[in-house]
Amino acid sequence: MKARIEVAAIDCLTLRLFEVIDEANVPWLLAAAERLRGVFAGALVELVPSYTTLMLQYDLAQLDDAQARALCEQALVGLEPAATGGGRELALPVWYHPSVGPDLEALAGQRGLPVDEVIALHSGRAYSVFALGFAPGFGFMGLVDPRLASPRLATPRQRVAAGSVGIAERQTAIYPAVSPGGWNLIGRSPARLFDPALEGFSLLHPGDRVRFVPVQRDEFLRLGGDDTPMEAQA
Amino acid sequence: MSALIVEKAGPQASVQDGGRFGVRHLGLTQGGALDWLAQHWANWMLGNRLDAAVVEVTLGGLHVRCEGEGWLALAGADLGATLDDQLLEVWRPFKVRAGQRLCFASPRLGARAYLAVPGGVCAPLLAGSCATVAREGVGGLDSRGSGLQVDDRLAWQGEAGAVRAVPPALIPDLRAPARLELILGAQAGGFSGQSLFDAFNQAWTVDTRSDRMGLRLTGTALRYEGPGLVSEGIPLGAVQVPPDGQPIILLNDRQTIGGYPRLGALSPLAVARLAQCLPGETVSLWPQVAYAAQQRHHRQLRELSGERG
Repeated sequence: MKARIEVAAIDCLTLRLFEVIDEANVPWLLAAAERLRGVFAGALVELVPSYTTLMLQYDLAQLDDAQARALCEQALVGLEPAATGGGRELALPVWYHPSVGPDLEALAGQRGLPVDEVIALHSGRAYSVFALGFAPGFGFMGLVDPRLASPRLATPRQRVAAGSVGIAERQTAIYPAVSPGGWNLIGRSPARLFDPALEGFSLLHPGDRVRFVPVQRDEFLRLGGDDTPMEAQA
Repeated sequence: MSALIVEKAGPQASVQDGGRFGVRHLGLTQGGALDWLAQHWANWMLGNRLDAAVVEVTLGGLHVRCEGEGWLALAGADLGATLDDQLLEVWRPFKVRAGQRLCFASPRLGARAYLAVPGGVCAPLLAGSCATVAREGVGGLDSRGSGLQVDDRLAWQGEAGAVRAVPPALIPDLRAPARLELILGAQAGGFSGQSLFDAFNQAWTVDTRSDRMGLRLTGTALRYEGPGLVSEGIPLGAVQVPPDGQPIILLNDRQTIGGYPRLGALSPLAVARLAQCLPGETVSLWPQVAYAAQQRHHRQLRELSGERG
């Protein structure tokens, strides 16, 4: 595996393994992350995977730039993609409905699809978790069916409800907590995405495979979902 | 257990330690004291761990009442702090008695003051840190990311392990112009030649739209002409340039990944210096390569810790 090793900061390097977003990147990035954790051991401070890169922060008291680069090169020698993708399979319930997914009908209209078809397409495939970011436990997932790809809202909402399921271009995600947000909201999940009481804090981890399972309102509420419309929380 | 009771919270005062590590891949940010150097000195004066939890007071306004007695220490900005109306000297420890009032007024020099208590402020930990991150709703006295509020108790246990003032020669000079060392990043080559010249040859003004997440600079706009970028991990001090060409320097509460082009990242000492700049002040950026910056960083840390033994 050949990667570009770039300076990101005084104690950070970015390993650029790919140029474009592709689900096939994920097992390579996971394998590289595993190797890097091994070779850097106690000198590794942070390792942040994203779509095409890994950013690592090392301990300046233990390594200098040249040593850190050498370790990166060592980690990538003879790299093989992680066999299973490395992640877990998760099925997350979603109540797809305009009262909790205020962009569901508009998105269907813009894409020339019935609402039922939007739901079927969104819940009809498994998504890879590419990276966590934006907020704790916020997993960037993809790729959604090209027929659903929609640009972010021109003006982001000030407040998006916790559990909101959104689409931006060919990515999808669940907002773990109330936050501003510009993704097209099509439903809401009762899943708890981030909880300091959870082992590892976050439900999702890079490399996981996620399926969305449509549920009705009763089931959504039974699973602990909050159906308060967005406007009431504004 | 002794404590300080908050009587008035001011605009932005929070409990901060050295920050949260080993969690960036979960989307959790770093947090922690913005001027980590002043925080270290505040703790050093009392013999604490250098990254122990302190109170970060931004721009002043915090009033607390003392319950119990003990030695406290103040470092960083001079926010006109008084103890029972007696002006306190920054970079020195001071003793408080029950019933006394410690009040921060407004900036006289710098933007952020650090108040240390013996052993560090008692606060619950998440991933080994009590750093308050409002945007994420984590850390702080309530574990929900809240800044200090009226009636909060800033408690400590035991007595100071040492009581000593910062040697005058080692006090950071906040009156000197802020010349910020920037380690050039891989995307620097994507900026126009004129923009690279402008980046390092103009006085940048600190904008009012600045917080613990990022600090904006305004000046001649920079133009990025490189390829579009896919979101990737963002280091502390990253100097990102959005389409309007006005740089944003990403600080301790930054988003963990992002896709704007970056000139590079400030060195840790430059981040600490920038944290003391008020809106309207000017700063300059000084380019450096990683290896040279590392040598300088180690040399400066040795100088700064020379008297710490």
